[in-house]
Amino acid sequence: MIRYLLKQLAYMAATLLAVSFLVFALNEFAPGDVARKILGAYATQEQVDALTAELGLDRPLLVRYVEYLGRVFRGDLGESLIYKAPVADVLWDRLGNTLYLAAIAFAVVVPLSIMLGTLAGMREGSIMDRGISLFGVFVASVPEFAMGVFLASVFAVWLGWLPGTSQLTSGAGWSIASQLVLPVAVMVLYDMGYLVAMIRASMVEVMRQPYVRTAVLKGMSMPRVIFRHALRNAMIAPFTVILLQINYLVAGVVVVETVFAYPGFGRMMLEAALAKDIALIEAGALVAVFIAMLTQFVGDIGYAALDPRIRI
Amino acid sequence: MTTDTSAAPPRRIPFPRLAPALAGSPAAVTGLCIVGFWVLVALLAPVAAPYDPNQNNLAALADPTPSAAHWLGTDQFGRDILSRIMWGARTVLAIAPIAVAAATLLGAFLGLVAGYLRGWVDAAIARVCDVILSFPVIILYLVILAKFGASALNIVLVIAVTKAPIIFRIVRGVTMELRQREYVSAARMRGESFWYVLAVEILPNIRGPLSVDVCLRLGYTTIAIGVLGFLGIGLPPPDPDWGGMVKESYSLIFVWPHMALFPSLAVSSLVIGFNLLAIGLREGQRRA
Repeated sequence: MIRYLLKQLAYMAATLLAVSFLVFALNEFAPGDVARKILGAYATQEQVDALTAELGLDRPLLVRYVEYLGRVFRGDLGESLIYKAPVADVLWDRLGNTLYLAAIAFAVVVPLSIMLGTLAGMREGSIMDRGISLFGVFVASVPEFAMGVFLASVFAVWLGWLPGTSQLTSGAGWSIASQLVLPVAVMVLYDMGYLVAMIRASMVEVMRQPYVRTAVLKGMSMPRVIFRHALRNAMIAPFTVILLQINYLVAGVVVVETVFAYPGFGRMMLEAALAKDIALIEAGALVAVFIAMLTQFVGDIGYAALDPRIRI
Repeated sequence: MTTDTSAAPPRRIPFPRLAPALAGSPAAVTGLCIVGFWVLVALLAPVAAPYDPNQNNLAALADPTPSAAHWLGTDQFGRDILSRIMWGARTVLAIAPIAVAAATLLGAFLGLVAGYLRGWVDAAIARVCDVILSFPVIILYLVILAKFGASALNIVLVIAVTKAPIIFRIVRGVTMELRQREYVSAARMRGESFWYVLAVEILPNIRGPLSVDVCLRLGYTTIAIGVLGFLGIGLPPPDPDWGGMVKESYSLIFVWPHMALFPSLAVSSLVIGFNLLAIGLREGQRRA
């Protein structure tokens, strides 16, 4: 167990290192790029060269990368060009907002998907199963920006019940809670289709098992069969998939945050990418991969804990 | 001497035939109709679109809502939305298949080689694919497109790189199982070359599992192209693409919701079409 965990941790560290190098090389391979970015398009080539030499950017890529790593380990992520502030300040602030949104969406999407998936998988081929499965296909087919347009058209424009943007400032008389409803709804709907399908498939599989048939035949009531026998086993396979949704909910919400002007991590990455804010892109990419690795790691451990057949 | 072949595994994994899949599945028929509709729209756009998609009709700006002259209205620059949606269908239906084809070729090639050779080649390719898959796709788009800029070619490349690992996993799994089959060993023993075994003995059996996946992949790629357009890192303006149309008009949703609604409906319906078709094909395959 310990050996397995250490191996996984080493693998995570190696991946993070590889990704950080790739992102660094991609952005800073050409020596003039960074200085050009700082000085702007109207600086002369001589000025760019001078600043490049002054900042030591004309030295080999590997040397600069090792220096960069050293700074990162000391907690210095550099300065953000667009926010005119240390990257660390911007990053943690935005990440906090996104974690807030993601936590709410996760708390809604998981129980809802388990409920719908179980209801659908309980009786394969029933009207309920077909209805829920079709609903799942529909919500998974609508891109987040289109779902945002549909929901905002109905609930913000037509009915006027909710605000169309979620900037987290209590302006225009909308409470923070009401601002979170539409972004969370879009995230939940988009994510749900996939989760429901996975849980349904697992449930169908379990319901075909002999022990479930035995329980039914000995006269046990259906809710008891589901809760006592089927559900726990049906949740083993989708467990990892459920945890991997954290990945999407935290790092993949660029679109939802852009639709609703939500000041989160995703929109920060989009702004950084559009403005070529290199320090911010590098730090953000590292955080995104770190979150991805962490959820995978927790998923592996949890999976082993849930399934007694797996010993790691 | 007679040999009993009934217990032997089937030589070929069945390739889902379109006709039987369609016959038994309302989902597949609906999906095919929707996709067929958009293909027709895309093909006919140059002759059937009522206006030039980039032409600004300033007179229409007084009232851009749907009217007899502009069935779906105009956008805030006075451009006809119907014409832009029709031309936008051309964009997405040209880029999505090319991107999916590129991802499938890359993923299938790597999957065949890795699944057949196993060993360190397999381990190395699988690791790289794991890293790509663990990256949130959209962050990868941002990092790559921020560096290389937005163009049709870059969109195709980004999608190929991010989708290929999924194809790789499917093909690798099937190949690993197929290489144990007797006809593959037979081919190897009669001295056929490495590439011959891959291309003639294994490749034809990959088509079945892949064809369903290609449909799903087309749906996801349509979403991806829309998302890139919406984020402003898709095709450069002014040429119409559905995601870009939503991006331009979204801030006006409280004044003229139709400008963002129609392209949103267009992209959603096409993805639903692809996904329904995929479900129909999968059911057909299971029945076969």
